[in-house]
Amino acid sequence: MAFLDLANPTRFLSYSGRLLPWVAGAAVLVLAIGFGLAFRAPADYQQGETVKIMYVHVPFAWLAMFAYTMMAASSLGILVWRHPLADVAHKAAAPIGATFAALCLVTGALWGRPMWGTYWVWDARLTSMLVLLLLYLGVMALRAAIDDPSRSGRAAAVLTLVGVVNIPIVKFSVDWWNTLHQPASVFRMGGSTIDAALLWPLMTCALGFTLLFVALHMLAMRTEILRRRVEVLEARAAAEAVG
Amino acid sequence: MEHVAFIAASYIVSALGLGLLALWLLMDNGAQKRALAELEARGVRRRSSPANPARLEERTP
Repeated sequence: MAFLDLANPTRFLSYSGRLLPWVAGAAVLVLAIGFGLAFRAPADYQQGETVKIMYVHVPFAWLAMFAYTMMAASSLGILVWRHPLADVAHKAAAPIGATFAALCLVTGALWGRPMWGTYWVWDARLTSMLVLLLLYLGVMALRAAIDDPSRSGRAAAVLTLVGVVNIPIVKFSVDWWNTLHQPASVFRMGGSTIDAALLWPLMTCALGFTLLFVALHMLAMRTEILRRRVEVLEARAAAEAVG
Repeated sequence: MEHVAFIAASYIVSALGLGLLALWLLMDNGAQKRALAELEARGVRRRSSPANPARLEERTP
């Protein structure tokens, strides 16, 4: 019940208005510390200094998957409970998740060229991440294609839930198939295989980007709530003008 | 530093991508705030708004 009370658009605007500057400030601070640690970290014994690309590439990959998983949870909120804040959260997360997915692909390509000798290969990890980006774009296009906001929200939620099958494929593709992309080295059975000198900067950058994602998502949700209020008021003003 | 161009390009693309996203979100937020303020200035208010006279009348016994 307390959670449902919090999931009220007006209450969300009030709480997020107070929280947003702190979360955004914490994101900038943690990212500054993370990049400071990253640029002092030693070179990798195989990748050399190119490992520095991992401090942005890996958090982008994690957050692209996290944002989509969060959208899938919001989709249940849209379809089962028809909660307006779930629809707002879903719509607001899509362009942010798409940006993280696109940046993951671009930084991965920029790492792949010096390390693998190619920007792109159609291996399972890279292809499933490209599918994730296409799913984000598809969800946004579907929302834009349907005028009725309630119908567009439900259609986007169904597409999101269909596409969520891609998340375990992205995660486990390196185990299920023989890929050029290396297997998991942080979150894996038996613990991380990365040396602490490289792992700490990576985790600090990941925390910073996560805080940045939360701040951007909060801002986008606030904007979406305001947009819906503007639409309602414009419709009322138009109805009053006619009547 | 080896492959410095690839490392620099990664960080530049990341900063540009996230910077543009943040800028777009901030501009969109500003536009919605202005539109809402404009409507309220014209006297169009939400029914639940504390400044809505109709709502104050409903609350007044």
